[in-house]
Amino acid sequence: MYSRPRFLPAGDNAVCMELSDGIEEECNTAIRGIVDDIFSKGIRGIVETVPTYRSILVYYDPFVMYYDDAVNVLKRVYDKLDISSAKNGDTLVIPVLYGGESGPDLPFVAEHAHLTEKEVIDIHTSVDYLIYMLGFTPGFTYLGGMDERIATPRLETPRKRIPAGSVGIAGKQTGMYPIDSPGGWRLIGITPVKLYDPYRDVPILPKMGDRIRFKPVSEKEFNKIKKEVDDCTYQVDVIKGETS
Amino acid sequence: MKILKPGITSVQDMGRFGYQAFGMSTAGACDQYAYRISNILVGNDKKQASLESMLMGPTIEFEEDTVFAITGGEFDAQLNGSPVYNWHSYAARPGDVLELGGSSCGSFCYISFSGGIDIKSVMGSRSTYIKGKIGGIEGRYIKTGDVINASKANMSMRGRQLEGIYIPHYEREISVRVVMGPQDDYFTKKGIYTFLNSSYEVTQNIDRMGYRLKGETIEHSKGADIISDGIPLGSVQVPGDRQPIVMMADRQTTGGYTKIAVVISADIPKVAQARPGDIIHFKSISVEDAHRLYKNYEEQFDIIRWYIDHS
Repeated sequence: MYSRPRFLPAGDNAVCMELSDGIEEECNTAIRGIVDDIFSKGIRGIVETVPTYRSILVYYDPFVMYYDDAVNVLKRVYDKLDISSAKNGDTLVIPVLYGGESGPDLPFVAEHAHLTEKEVIDIHTSVDYLIYMLGFTPGFTYLGGMDERIATPRLETPRKRIPAGSVGIAGKQTGMYPIDSPGGWRLIGITPVKLYDPYRDVPILPKMGDRIRFKPVSEKEFNKIKKEVDDCTYQVDVIKGETS
Repeated sequence: MKILKPGITSVQDMGRFGYQAFGMSTAGACDQYAYRISNILVGNDKKQASLESMLMGPTIEFEEDTVFAITGGEFDAQLNGSPVYNWHSYAARPGDVLELGGSSCGSFCYISFSGGIDIKSVMGSRSTYIKGKIGGIEGRYIKTGDVINASKANMSMRGRQLEGIYIPHYEREISVRVVMGPQDDYFTKKGIYTFLNSSYEVTQNIDRMGYRLKGETIEHSKGADIISDGIPLGSVQVPGDRQPIVMMADRQTTGGYTKIAVVISADIPKVAQARPGDIIHFKSISVEDAHRLYKNYEEQFDIIRWYIDHS
């Protein structure tokens, strides 16, 4: 992380507040703290924020504040920030049916890693993955922390359609597809949980700074959860973050 | 109203804000100027949704009395075979057919209806976001046979027009003002000089996500890739091929390419209306000047509304 944030103009109504030129957990905590503070204070003139790995794009209203004002407000927020007392994000427990038709690349991932399929699943479910940011499509999470033993190169020819809920591995990354889309990730399973549902009160479940814990489920459990999801009665198990 | 031919048309409004942190693109009308004027002409507030067509317009059969206005590019619009003019509002009766063709000038046109399009808003907007499969009609472009309901029209809104001085002329060669940054420090002095002093041609590769331009290559000093960060509307991305791309309404919220500059809000409509083969010159202005222009741009809509209401 930089000793002081950099402020970069981003057009006539946004400023990019850059905290680092790397990807670090500490930076993620700081960004989450800043964004939380902006929202809890309800700073007049700040319209929207887009937090990413190492920066926050802050949109402001030039009728209320100018670039310099926005920079000064953000500097004050930064100066008062106490990373050591930052609350941990929540952990979302995501049920996954691994292998079979829903995870057609699990055998390849296992073979590539010289492990059994069961071992791949154990490794994949052993970590709480930090959500560094969302982007690419609504609800797509960039997760950190995957065990490199199960790292697998992408498909050479991407699939035309990957169903929403698919869980995959691409290089050293793991993630989920929130909507049907084309893609080259190695698919190891599927979750019945809808990460993105525009018609729900909370349209997108994960947020940056939260963690994702994958929990293996049987086909029977999967079908039960799927039905509850379809009936809109399923509640994702959330472990509330506490002050560290 | 019934869609007889769809053209390349979607429902759009101001855009969907507040969810970019979750990876949700804003969508919204690409030319906000033409979109907002079309609503003013039919007496709507600025939040009402309109039909936006890119390069090819729709054919619509009206099923109820309404008042409509077309703004933006020239799409050879005819009501029952008689020409209708852009930047004017007209009354239409049940059975009337409004037919638009391909654009002969500009890339986007907007059709607004008095009372607005009666479609449920999703996550705060009626804008269609194709990739997210939401907004408008089932999150897609309109198609033949779709029935779109307009809210009850205020028929007194017919016969209104925009004063000539406010009608934009879409030139084939345009100057576009930018604020340099956020990643202008990733370019050599020569790269910045090239960007600001040469001309860039609009390629065939234009859509609601972005406009790819071609011209003299823009030299990086530290490479074309950055750790992904937020992409504001109008960002000029310069990826590894060193050719600029202007990011539009359906752009992704975040991306990993250097952004040399950002087009000011008042000039984004000009870029949106550019067509393949058109020439763009970028001109750098200070962020202070950009704020002043932003305010002038936003304030003119109130002035225009007042003029139209009082003439």
